[in-house]
Amino acid sequence: MAEQKVKAKSFQEWMEINIWGLLFFLALALSVGGLVEIVPLFFMKKTMEYNKYPEIVWSKAGVAPIVTVDEAGKQVWNWTAGDGVRPYTALELAGRDIYQREGCYLCHSQMVRPFRDEKERYGHYSLAAESMFDHPMQWGSKRTGPDLARLGGKYSDDWHRQHLRRPQNLVPESVMPAYVWLDQTPVDPDRSLVVFGWTLWPAPTGSRMQRHMKGLRLVGVPYTDADIAAAGPLVEGKTELDALVSYLQVLGTMAKLDDAKAYRE
Amino acid sequence: MESGLEQKYNFDVVRWFTVMAAVYLVVGASVGVYIASELAWPFLNFDSPYISFGRLRPLHTNAVIFAFGGCTLMSTAFYTVQRTCGVRLWSDKLAWFVFWGWNAVILCAVITLPLGLTESKEYAELEWPVDILIAVVWLSFTFNFIMTIARRKSSHIYVSNWFFLGMMVMIVYLHVVNSLAIPVGLFKSYSLFSGVQDAMIQWWWGHNAVGFYLTAGFLGIMYYFVPKQAGRPIYSYRLSVIHFWALMFGYVWLGAHHLQYTALPDWTGSLGAAVSIAMIIPSWGGAVNGMMTLSGAWDRLRTDYVLRFLIMALAFYAMSTFEGPVMALKTVNALSHYTDWTIGHVHSGALGWVAGISIGAIYHLMPRLFHTEMFSERLVNFHFWTATIGTVVYIVAMWVSGIMQGLMWRAYDEYGTLAYTFVESVDAMHPYYAMRAVGGAIFLTGAIVMLFNVLMTVRKSAASGSLTNARSLPAPA
Repeated sequence: MAEQKVKAKSFQEWMEINIWGLLFFLALALSVGGLVEIVPLFFMKKTMEYNKYPEIVWSKAGVAPIVTVDEAGKQVWNWTAGDGVRPYTALELAGRDIYQREGCYLCHSQMVRPFRDEKERYGHYSLAAESMFDHPMQWGSKRTGPDLARLGGKYSDDWHRQHLRRPQNLVPESVMPAYVWLDQTPVDPDRSLVVFGWTLWPAPTGSRMQRHMKGLRLVGVPYTDADIAAAGPLVEGKTELDALVSYLQVLGTMAKLDDAKAYRE
Repeated sequence: MESGLEQKYNFDVVRWFTVMAAVYLVVGASVGVYIASELAWPFLNFDSPYISFGRLRPLHTNAVIFAFGGCTLMSTAFYTVQRTCGVRLWSDKLAWFVFWGWNAVILCAVITLPLGLTESKEYAELEWPVDILIAVVWLSFTFNFIMTIARRKSSHIYVSNWFFLGMMVMIVYLHVVNSLAIPVGLFKSYSLFSGVQDAMIQWWWGHNAVGFYLTAGFLGIMYYFVPKQAGRPIYSYRLSVIHFWALMFGYVWLGAHHLQYTALPDWTGSLGAAVSIAMIIPSWGGAVNGMMTLSGAWDRLRTDYVLRFLIMALAFYAMSTFEGPVMALKTVNALSHYTDWTIGHVHSGALGWVAGISIGAIYHLMPRLFHTEMFSERLVNFHFWTATIGTVVYIVAMWVSGIMQGLMWRAYDEYGTLAYTFVESVDAMHPYYAMRAVGGAIFLTGAIVMLFNVLMTVRKSAASGSLTNARSLPAPA
């Protein structure tokens, strides 16, 4: 081997003639920065504002269902806007899936910074706790369009529908694409495979959203069984446009934030 | 050129990666010009889901970073490691697996991204089955590279290979951690992490994809191809050592500067900014090291078009590694974040530095791999000017639009209310978005010319039988 022929005169030279040594110290040097910056975020209490202000998070998250649908098809809500951060309902989650699919995060941020102009333009600055159920987060990095973190309730459902179908009808200078296909596509319809009356592969309405919610529950989002069971009736007869609008309308409305409180230093 | 190299080394796989890199530059830049045009003239979305901006933009980034950048890195890494170690690749079969595997990844990206199958993590959009394929191919690439070094004939491991190794190890860390997700369907998954932790991990990935994949890897190219093309040894060994270890240790910390003033705790962002400032020193050390290699032979720039690309790339490297730390400063970041300035900065790095050094390396490799002169030297020179002018037009457009956006968003009128609505800032961007599309189109023209030149060189080699002759030459004793 080549290594034996040369006698290293320095630590650096030893690494230059010893590939495994070089690899080892390289792997070591490369791991420090990430460990120091990432790992504490999972443990330091100051990171999540709910440690100081528990009212930011909905107290019944994971205990009571967010919304159930009774036999008459009427929605019964256990949560109202301002009660605190909670997981998304099946319909909102379907809307969020669409938000991800269409790459909305590439032009719209969801992270208001603590500046005067952003407060006036968008609203209260965003908290870490507000995206605690967002897998992955959609903070974004670019504002080709405006920030959406506090969009909920600013415009009517009807405005959103028209705007998503043809943004330029409402905002002539807009460069946003028209999302004409959303109201033609049903959300998670019945996809069961039925041959001569035999159901070979059952996939009833809402079953895909149930799978998505169960997956999220595995990574720590507190869904109750009733939340998951409500997926079918919640998405029944809804289009992708309905789902996306319901997601946009809940953005930033979950927690009621108080200007007098210093959530962040 | 010394004879017998074709028998001694595996240049076949290098040839394929090199030609594919030229192809993918055209593909990636074309998609880029198209989406840039969509922002200037939104009717180009044609109400079609498959070509709407939100779905094509990830295709653009994936095509330029992973298809073009990846093929360039694999071609140059496999070439450099064989030449500097004096041995053939450890495994030819594994090298071919890497070639076909990587191209399969690219094919998957071309199919899945326009369909909207995405993890929606910036620069890591591909869904979990493709992520697994990437991991397998990347580990094969890394393993083959390491084993080739382990069997080297030379006593010391050359500096290029340190940089390539650093990139390979770090990308394994980044890709594995950032892609951890729970699959909920064949092409749908949710990130294991959420909110602020997810944001930090994403930008730890995001900035180190830049720092290692697009910087360390391409510095590996620089440390081999600049001295080779200049015909002189690298300026300073000591500077190389400092450059290397400072970059390896320091770059990892920078991701947090993407999250200034967000819900990420202040200490993390400040730490990221502080290390970012410190990184100017090793980055400039590296740039000086490359440029000063030409010391005493500056006149070569007048006649050597390939060297022009390499040195211009280093100038852009120096510029963007100065601009980056400035943008990481909290006061500057307050203005620049969320604006086109970031896009401009990325492209001064991507077009000026990464594409510049890659194109230089491809033009250096072509005659050596095909044993014939380039089809046209004049077209190389033409490409140099289109690439440089296109890049400058692009960056200037984004500087102006970015700073303008930042200033408009925070402007107040004399009554103390916001001076502009958001859409007024969108409207003000139009001329710069058009100018950016033009800059991109100029750059793309050069890329098409390179592809033509590369393909004609391959044809010329086939017609003259130069490659066949080189293969039949006796192996060195």
